[in-house]
Amino acid sequence: MTATIAIALSVNGELVEANVLPRLNLADFLREHLKLTGTHVGCEHGVCGACTVRVNGDIVRSCLMLAVQTHKAAIETIEGVSDSGEIADLQSAFRERNALQCGFCTPGMLMAAQDLLKQSPCPDRERIREHLSGNYCRCTGYQAIVDAIESTAWARTGRRP
Amino acid sequence: MTSELANPQTLSALDRPNSYIGKAVPRPNLDRLMQGRGLYVSDIELPRMAYAVFLRSPHAHARIVGIETSAAKQMPGVIAVVSGRELSTVVTPWVGVLSHLKGLKSAPQSAIAVDRVCWQGEAVAAVVAASRAQAEDAAEHVSVKYEELHAVTDMRTALDPATPVIHASLGDNLAFERIHDAGAVDQAFAESDEVFEAEFVFGRHTGVTLEPRAVVADWSAAEAKLTIYQGTQAPHMVQNIAALHLGLKESQVRVVCKDVGGSFGIKVHIYADEMATYALSKLLRRPVKFVADRVESFNTDIHARDHRCRGKIGVKRDGTIMAFEIDDLTGIGPYSMYPRTSAIEANQVVNLVGGPYVTGNYRARARVVFQNKNVMCQYRAVGHPIACSVTEGLVDLAAMKIAMDPVEIRRRNLIADDAYPCASPSGLRFEQLSHHAALAKLVQMMDYDALRAEQAALRVKNIHRGIGIASFIEVTNPSAAFYGVGGAKISSQDGVAVRLDAQGSVICQTSITEQGQGSESLTAQIVGSVLGVSMDRVRVILGDTDNTPYGGGTWASRGAGIGGEAALQAAKVLRKNILDVAAVVLQSTPSELDIVNNAVVNVVDGAPRIDLSELARIVYFRPDTLPPGIQPELMATRHFVPRNYPFAFTNGVQASWLELDPDTGFVKLLKHWVVEDCGTIINPQLVDEQIRGGVVQGLGAALFEKCVYDERGQLTNANMADYLVPMSGEMPDIDVGHVVSPTLESELGAKGAGEAGTAGAAAAVTNAVNDALRPFGTIITEIPLTPQVILTALGRI
Repeated sequence: MTATIAIALSVNGELVEANVLPRLNLADFLREHLKLTGTHVGCEHGVCGACTVRVNGDIVRSCLMLAVQTHKAAIETIEGVSDSGEIADLQSAFRERNALQCGFCTPGMLMAAQDLLKQSPCPDRERIREHLSGNYCRCTGYQAIVDAIESTAWARTGRRP
Repeated sequence: MTSELANPQTLSALDRPNSYIGKAVPRPNLDRLMQGRGLYVSDIELPRMAYAVFLRSPHAHARIVGIETSAAKQMPGVIAVVSGRELSTVVTPWVGVLSHLKGLKSAPQSAIAVDRVCWQGEAVAAVVAASRAQAEDAAEHVSVKYEELHAVTDMRTALDPATPVIHASLGDNLAFERIHDAGAVDQAFAESDEVFEAEFVFGRHTGVTLEPRAVVADWSAAEAKLTIYQGTQAPHMVQNIAALHLGLKESQVRVVCKDVGGSFGIKVHIYADEMATYALSKLLRRPVKFVADRVESFNTDIHARDHRCRGKIGVKRDGTIMAFEIDDLTGIGPYSMYPRTSAIEANQVVNLVGGPYVTGNYRARARVVFQNKNVMCQYRAVGHPIACSVTEGLVDLAAMKIAMDPVEIRRRNLIADDAYPCASPSGLRFEQLSHHAALAKLVQMMDYDALRAEQAALRVKNIHRGIGIASFIEVTNPSAAFYGVGGAKISSQDGVAVRLDAQGSVICQTSITEQGQGSESLTAQIVGSVLGVSMDRVRVILGDTDNTPYGGGTWASRGAGIGGEAALQAAKVLRKNILDVAAVVLQSTPSELDIVNNAVVNVVDGAPRIDLSELARIVYFRPDTLPPGIQPELMATRHFVPRNYPFAFTNGVQASWLELDPDTGFVKLLKHWVVEDCGTIINPQLVDEQIRGGVVQGLGAALFEKCVYDERGQLTNANMADYLVPMSGEMPDIDVGHVVSPTLESELGAKGAGEAGTAGAAAAVTNAVNDALRPFGTIITEIPLTPQVILTALGRI
């Protein structure tokens, strides 16, 4: 049996120390070891985007990253960015626009949307659709999600539709 | 957004001050899902819980010669390795038939295969371990010896005498056949000016719920009780079937359904691996969890469609449609699915073809055959996309033959809006549809004439755009005619219990379930409106067989129409009970009182008399102050099932505007429009989003989604990278409009809306592609419309 490896990292601002098997991926580490079940596992091969988290400020698919690669890294999950209030306006726009149905894709979708709005404060609809193309949603058909992100961008930049 | 009500209806019981009916109020409790604090089955952990993984057959058809498990049992963390034969001592096999589908046959199916596997992906053994990773490690050490058998994969040859019979006891590979003949079809074709025939081909596809199927089964040996945590659309159905096959009473089984990561009909069936998980929990006397991985999902979640349908239409030169004829063939895998069966889709195709049109001349044959592929069953809009694509494809091709505009031929043949009630050529009864109003509204929304002009102008510049129209009907609010009459214990009625709590808030328990459609919201909206209580004071409990009334759940677009009516009627009783006791307390009469904004008020001047919280305090804590003989009942339960019509049909029409690149075969969707009529609209935003989501699933089938099997029955694209689903960048904006024809079957008047989008989207796109292809003199009647299919039709590859 392969030995575990010690890692120390920051998760949502809290220091976490753990001993993990080298094969453990970040999504399973967050869900099974830290019980941060807001990070969802949809495909386990980096396609659906449901497991999107932030590592050192960049969004990644946590199913494609090993937990041991996050030693000394700063991880932010949906629970963290919700509690900090960072995406409160985005979440409010999703609620008003009914931009989620089953909600399984939503944490990853919100992480991807916030990433876009940080990079590009005034994206047009095409840019929004392009940026979300790595996040699958089977319920909404995407339009409500695009609307919610667009209206958040307007509000953040003080523009009107 | 884009929706508007053409002719909004008011409703006596609901037309009240501050009514939530018809308002786009946000769904309650979305924060839980948006903050990552939902509770999906894949999140659930219980003490002593073990993890099951299934070793699955790599062959489409093989005899199991032997299973060697001793090495696997020595692996770290392994609790048990269980074969099909061992598990058969705990759970009995089943046969997926319904008595009203005459002649439907299937073979007994086991939770884990015994002796023989019949499709690639059928489970042959379960490994249970302390973690999923350990169970997967051990599964690699289970050795199964197979003797490969001939795999029946092509539905076109499944009935040939030379093709081996999959289940010898059944005699042949024909699961079900239905023949229908109405009117004078031969004469109608003889009298037609033009007759057009084509074969329509529909790829096999699947639902791809973003959360895979997942179950935690917890057998308590001490209580002799099984608790099943499962993302299911029909908890009471699961309760009934788990009890039946595990030798328990229903009272020993509780099914709990928390958040569900997408369902779309995928999670309304009984799957072998889920039955095996219940049985493993009972066998091992501890909680057992099974979460399908994505490869398993593709290989074992029900597939759908996979039809080849020959269609024929006869038309007069004035556009009159004379007759429809179809011959439909579909392959369903090795077993008819349990308990809803795999014959329903073909049966629906026969029911629905020609449904929007006046002609009574209709002949149909549908045959359902067994194959060694994954099981097939009901997925969103069962049969509708097939029937709609065949019907609307034929109508467009007939119009092309007689050089008539596609809108005009529909105007001349759609059933008139004042012709109801009436029946379809297949004998379906329509209460009230609105095809012409819907078409007129669609033409106006899309500015049809301007679009045609734009298309013509661009064609000169070698830009090939197409417009496709598709009218459709949708089966909603199914009565017992769907399953109950065939002997399945799948309830068609739903129940709602409503009670005023001790602080004047309201708790509703409903038997419909939530997978994101908005069941919780519509229940709260209805109850809040009837009671005069604000929605933030209404809490809805669903998805728990121990804590809700008995009912069908959420499928076949029934939640709003059936569960919503039960909520309305229960709330009316509670309202009466509240006013009765309020009248006693206030020394008034119930007719002089109303409830508005959480308080009892005077009808006459609206003056507040007593808060509901104060009334509840008196009833619950100071009943001694009420006059003798007064026993308030601040809880009421009502059930509802439609009785007059087997189904509440809805109707609508869709349009697609797209651009086709004849060099690459790529299709770019530019815009999509839908007008539909689901009767009373409880929450326009939720209806619109059901429509949009449904359209996009239909667009996936039209352009991308297909389970590709090779000739040996191997699924070659069982992963999300190779099986394409619609992504945001490829999807158009979708405008939705409404016509409102409430059903008189219920006071609420609501019909379903969950499947309308999926029903007509592929037909609209296919018609638009054929419209774009006009200058090239070719037509396509196959989906998905991949670049390969299009370039082949263009003769470029």
